[in-house]
Amino acid sequence: MTTIEVKGVHQRFDTFEALRGIDLTLAERRIGIVGSNGSGKSTFARLLNGLLVPTSGQVLVDGLDTARSGKAVRRKVGFVFQNPDNQIVFPVVEEDVAFGLKGLKLPAAQRGALVEEVLDRYGLGPFRQHPSHTLSGGQKQLLALAGVLITRPDCVVFDEPTTLLDLRNARHVTKVIEEMEETVIVVTHDLQLLKEFDRIIVFDEGRVIADDEPGAALARYVERMQ
Amino acid sequence: MTPEAGTLSPLHRLPAWAKLMALAIAGTGLVLIGDWRLVAAALLATLGLYRLAGISQRKAFQQLRPLMWLLVLLFLVQGLWQSWELASLVVLRIATLVLAAALVTLTTRSEALIAAIEGALGPFRRFGVNPAKVGLAFSLALRFIPVIGQQAQEIRDAQRARGLGTNPVALALPLILRTLKMAGDVADAIDARSPYSDPYGDDDDLPPRFVIEPGTINTRTSCKTAEAPQKT
Amino acid sequence: MQDRGSSTKDIVYIALFAALTAALALFPPIMLPLFAVPISAQSIGCMLAGAILGSRRGALSMLLVVALVAIGLPILSGGRGGLGVFFGPTAGYLVGWIPAAYVVGLLHEWGWRRLNVLNSFAFCVIGGILVEYAIGIPWTAFNVDLPLLKTTIASSAFIPGDIVKAGLAAIIAMAVKRSYPIIQRTA
Repeated sequence: MTTIEVKGVHQRFDTFEALRGIDLTLAERRIGIVGSNGSGKSTFARLLNGLLVPTSGQVLVDGLDTARSGKAVRRKVGFVFQNPDNQIVFPVVEEDVAFGLKGLKLPAAQRGALVEEVLDRYGLGPFRQHPSHTLSGGQKQLLALAGVLITRPDCVVFDEPTTLLDLRNARHVTKVIEEMEETVIVVTHDLQLLKEFDRIIVFDEGRVIADDEPGAALARYVERMQ
Repeated sequence: MTPEAGTLSPLHRLPAWAKLMALAIAGTGLVLIGDWRLVAAALLATLGLYRLAGISQRKAFQQLRPLMWLLVLLFLVQGLWQSWELASLVVLRIATLVLAAALVTLTTRSEALIAAIEGALGPFRRFGVNPAKVGLAFSLALRFIPVIGQQAQEIRDAQRARGLGTNPVALALPLILRTLKMAGDVADAIDARSPYSDPYGDDDDLPPRFVIEPGTINTRTSCKTAEAPQKT
Repeated sequence: MQDRGSSTKDIVYIALFAALTAALALFPPIMLPLFAVPISAQSIGCMLAGAILGSRRGALSMLLVVALVAIGLPILSGGRGGLGVFFGPTAGYLVGWIPAAYVVGLLHEWGWRRLNVLNSFAFCVIGGILVEYAIGIPWTAFNVDLPLLKTTIASSAFIPGDIVKAGLAAIIAMAVKRSYPIIQRTA
């Protein structure tokens, strides 16, 4: 189980202050992050695996500082982006999934077995040789997830995983996330996705305004949005 | 760009570099020949190679079609201004070269050509050329041509629906802005998805760190050791 | 591609502008009423790559386009592609995109602070037309065994269309500069 400690984090972009002093310890298995547009929740998500380094303060993943141990942190924390089209970087499904293994110098047979295993896990086996742009929206989101999980992270951060999907695909992805063994941190507007979660953190204007179990936190969020 | 399935002729099986070398030699040789009858013989030989590769003459002709009007015009201009012999020489030479080059393309998979390019770039390492970066650039372009093409189509349809017709600025500007916005996310995704290599750096000098076995979903312990040596 | 300075983002820009130039082949040709020569929108990609990405990345993205054509992708207007293209009479205009984008980029970097539509247009003309034709015309002349002067006269039919494209490229480059200034970040 990964523990992520966020200590006194401020994040500034030019003159705009996206996060204004965040202190949190994330150790639950299912954590949801909600907030309105511009509340700082996506910025927060990008801090968790070192995609962003805080302007001030520290983010520690199992004690590793994201500002100094970028690669080691990325091995522990995977990231699934909102738009799978921007995350799938290779023209063929199996090539894309194998991308995360680059640099490991695995024998071809073993790499092939890992690719097959993770594609089968998400029902993408039959599409192994297909051009990635021919997949449906839901399949692309699963391919993006497969490409992250092949490196076996302990924790996966999702940035609005269901926003661009239709209802049927959104339900499917929700189910996939529920069934994951890894620690999961999900940034979303999709409250349906969060109802079985262990902890919900509500962001507003760069601050945490609620941090509780889903019932209480979501009630606070809904009240705030009115 | 991709050879048809089931057509594995001797030409298909030749390594890409050998075909590229042969093409370069043929190209140089043809420019040196001054007799149109020899070039005509070379053209016939090239068509013979198409037959050997199992590619129909109709498909061979298709390779020349985009050039057809130009070749006809050129033949007339050369014939009237210079001589009909020179006109035949020039037109036959272009047709032969284009056909020979297209034959290499038709009998070689794109991946094999990319691999040949990456291989050929090896000696240029010392000048700062990084074959891994070049390979990544190729893959990204191949991946995003259909994505951007699809976006272009969407923007065109949207403009048409709003009655904007085909205003090139109204088409190109949103397409470019979308592309630039996408670039940031794609770069982030590449970084986030490369825990074991710098995809844009040299991964050859990264020591093997640990082994992931298939069928072992839980390899947490091995991941714990993964913070050790960064790029040396 | 040099190690020095090619970050992931640079590679992504280079690849995406190559893909963008390929996608421009799908756009309808621009018709000039007076000249009745249909002009492919595609070569605007070369001017835009230089004007938006700058010299180095712009030239590398055009090099990538040329390489993609060479490995057989039918990404030129009219669905042309493959090594055959390089033996045709107009190959110089394709290869010329590389130095053309470089020069357009160099000029835009040089004049970045005081850039407006007018000088951006001039930069696009110098790189995208002067440099481009300086490579395209001799190539054609050599390929078809015609005297340089005659080839130049014949090729000049395309210049009005290219001037229109330089104008469009300047308008687009200025609009992009306002929302996504990329050159100044590094240069």
